[in-house]
Amino acid sequence: MSTEVTHSPQETWSPLFGRLTLDWIPYHEPILVGTFAGVAIGGLIVLALMTYFRLWAPLWKNWVVSIDHKKIGIMYMVLGFIMFVRGFADAIMMRLQQALAAGGSEGYLPPHHFDQVFTAHGVIMIFFVAMAFITGIMNFVMPTQIGARDVAFPFLNNFAFWMTVAGALLVNISLFIGEFARVGWLAFPPLSGAAYSTGPGMDYYLWALQIAGIGTTLSGVNLLVTIFKMRAPGMKLFDMPVFTWTALCTNVLIVAAFPVLTVSLALLLLDRYVGTHFFTNDLGGNAMMYVNLIWIWGHPEVYILILPIFGVFSEVVATFSGKPLFGYKTMVWATMAIMVLSFIVWLHHFFTMGSGAAVNTFFGITTMIIAVPTGVKIFNWLFTMYKGNVRFEVPMLWTTGFIVTFVIGGMTGVLLAIPPVDFQLHNSLFLIAHFHNVIIGGVVFGVYAAVTYWWPKAFGFKLDDRIGKASFWFWFVGFYLAFMPLYALGLMGVTRRMQSYMDQAWQIYFVIALIGALCIFTGILLAFFNFFYSTINRKKLACGSDPWNARTLEWATQSPPAYYNFPEDVHVRGKDEFWRMKQEGFKWSGNYSPIHMPKNTATGVVLGAMALVFGFAMVWYIWWLAIISFVLMIGTVIAHTFNYNRDYYIPVSEIAEIESKGTVA
Amino acid sequence: MSTPTTHSHGTMGKLMMGFAMSIILTIIPFGIVMGDPAMSSNMKIGIIMGLGAIQIIVHLVYFLHLDTKGEGGWTMAATMLAIVILVIVMAGSLWVMHNMNENMMPMPNDMKALMDAQGGEAMPLDMDNMEHGGTEETGH
Repeated sequence: MSTEVTHSPQETWSPLFGRLTLDWIPYHEPILVGTFAGVAIGGLIVLALMTYFRLWAPLWKNWVVSIDHKKIGIMYMVLGFIMFVRGFADAIMMRLQQALAAGGSEGYLPPHHFDQVFTAHGVIMIFFVAMAFITGIMNFVMPTQIGARDVAFPFLNNFAFWMTVAGALLVNISLFIGEFARVGWLAFPPLSGAAYSTGPGMDYYLWALQIAGIGTTLSGVNLLVTIFKMRAPGMKLFDMPVFTWTALCTNVLIVAAFPVLTVSLALLLLDRYVGTHFFTNDLGGNAMMYVNLIWIWGHPEVYILILPIFGVFSEVVATFSGKPLFGYKTMVWATMAIMVLSFIVWLHHFFTMGSGAAVNTFFGITTMIIAVPTGVKIFNWLFTMYKGNVRFEVPMLWTTGFIVTFVIGGMTGVLLAIPPVDFQLHNSLFLIAHFHNVIIGGVVFGVYAAVTYWWPKAFGFKLDDRIGKASFWFWFVGFYLAFMPLYALGLMGVTRRMQSYMDQAWQIYFVIALIGALCIFTGILLAFFNFFYSTINRKKLACGSDPWNARTLEWATQSPPAYYNFPEDVHVRGKDEFWRMKQEGFKWSGNYSPIHMPKNTATGVVLGAMALVFGFAMVWYIWWLAIISFVLMIGTVIAHTFNYNRDYYIPVSEIAEIESKGTVA
Repeated sequence: MSTPTTHSHGTMGKLMMGFAMSIILTIIPFGIVMGDPAMSSNMKIGIIMGLGAIQIIVHLVYFLHLDTKGEGGWTMAATMLAIVILVIVMAGSLWVMHNMNENMMPMPNDMKALMDAQGGEAMPLDMDNMEHGGTEETGH
């Protein structure tokens, strides 16, 4: 095996372009050329419009170099939605392929392409959609919920965002220059090793995730410190809103788990680049160790995604039921229990890899135990609604849709936790249906709930109600149409990641799943149309600073919040402080004092751009470019440490002027 | 925004003491590998891993100034959580990988390596296997 390393495209290596040659531009693949034409034309239209309306300078000044946590949060959401379009395009392509490729038909995607599509779909949806969404929501909401004016390390926040963007761009570049990995979203060796994954695809995967991973880890540290150090005076930990609690536990998980991913991928990088044997059978390496390590990160990762969403639903349910959350303390303890338990269940992802009965039983039982705190949460939400004054506005619709869907997904998860059952269902479409059931029914529904709920806070106007409801129903029905057939197929023994299949009896299920995917597509289009339509009609949809009659501190700011969030320090006396403030006839005193704020900086985006160049150079073995960009990156970081001109005070007159114009009554 | 914190950056004497200890703790493992003293390889691995663990503690205490009072006890609490997770991950991985090696179906050329693996500690730490793996054909 070790001799096959010489097979790698090193043969065509040139000092200037590395292994990049014109043959790597996929101009012979009509689907990609069409996509490229679409992206190029769309991109040109956007560029032209931005130039015409002179938006470049405002974009740079107000967004790109901004260290305002609210703007960075919104940029994360934009990144998430853009990548969501890409990831969903992959999903539709797979659904169409599998609806066609029955009984000897090959469909329209050759295996080489189909394998890239399912890999890209998984990688993008987890790392650049779901992670971007939850980081964005935490960034926007959490500091305002604890009465802070920004995060603990504002520059780090901007830098982390641009590293995530660099990773996302690297994945998208692979679409038109070279290829993407064909290994599944977690890239198990030996398939992902140097011997079996030649070409740049696997290297795109590794460098994209390593660069984005730096961003994720730093943002985890940042938000964690923010929660511990920046709470408003008087706010004890057990006064924090539940969303902030879930953000705290999620960021603990990020800080604890992401280094494991970084190390696993770094070892795989060494295997691929310098010929070590951590995960090959040669020289004492062991591919199973990679599977073990990657799931030590991978299982906490799914709780990283879902915990803040549990927080979102907790805020929504309390607000729209008009009463305090039922069982605040049990909610917090359940979140903490999940945080710790999520570290002792990872083996349930590979029950079939060959562990003995003792190991499988242990991890099967821990997996069933982790369902208990999750069940506690479900009951807390139901009891909050019970005898409450429930208003079925759009965020609440998503929440009820979530409760129903997530319970089904959770129960199929407990089924899979039983090792003998898992031996039947492992790698089948039942598994695919299960995790889409919890990730769509949980994370995606939660993101839509969060976007609808906090949109008025971010922009000062509500989203249109009718379009929002229509979008929800298309999503909700579409989800069941798309994934219930996959449960059935999984029970029939259909495996995942099939480019084509012989048994024509399966085809009808795949066709129904395709119809479901098209329903979801309609739901997505309606949601985007809603953003557009509501923005056009923002005068009519304009609302005050507290449109939902909410309970937590973020609603005490203006809508959209002034860049300093709160004109005065808030003194917190207990849970649901804003509710108490409203009962007492809340009004700012007007005794402003100068506010200490951080200054914008372009260092973050410059570093992100250099990281992108570095990643691209490493993928294509363009060593000179890699060295230059890396040295420049380190140099920029060191230079930035000498920038002492980082903060300023907002004068009282400016605060008074902004507050007098504000929406606060 | 930033309130001054109370944590210390240590004294020169404390830093030098940590430096000396970490040097000693580094020299011993190198000596064990390079000097090749007469003891079983499991023994050597055990000593090296143990010294590594002590090294981590030395760094935490002398260079990162870990104590029970810093940041109102939060530094210690965070460290305890990190240790719990570290123990779960490392002990769990050893248990899982060892168990898998035990249950692996033997392949003709793997018998010797497999018996070594079963007799010794977990596979990734077993240096003895390194000589065998390189020369054999893996069936694929």
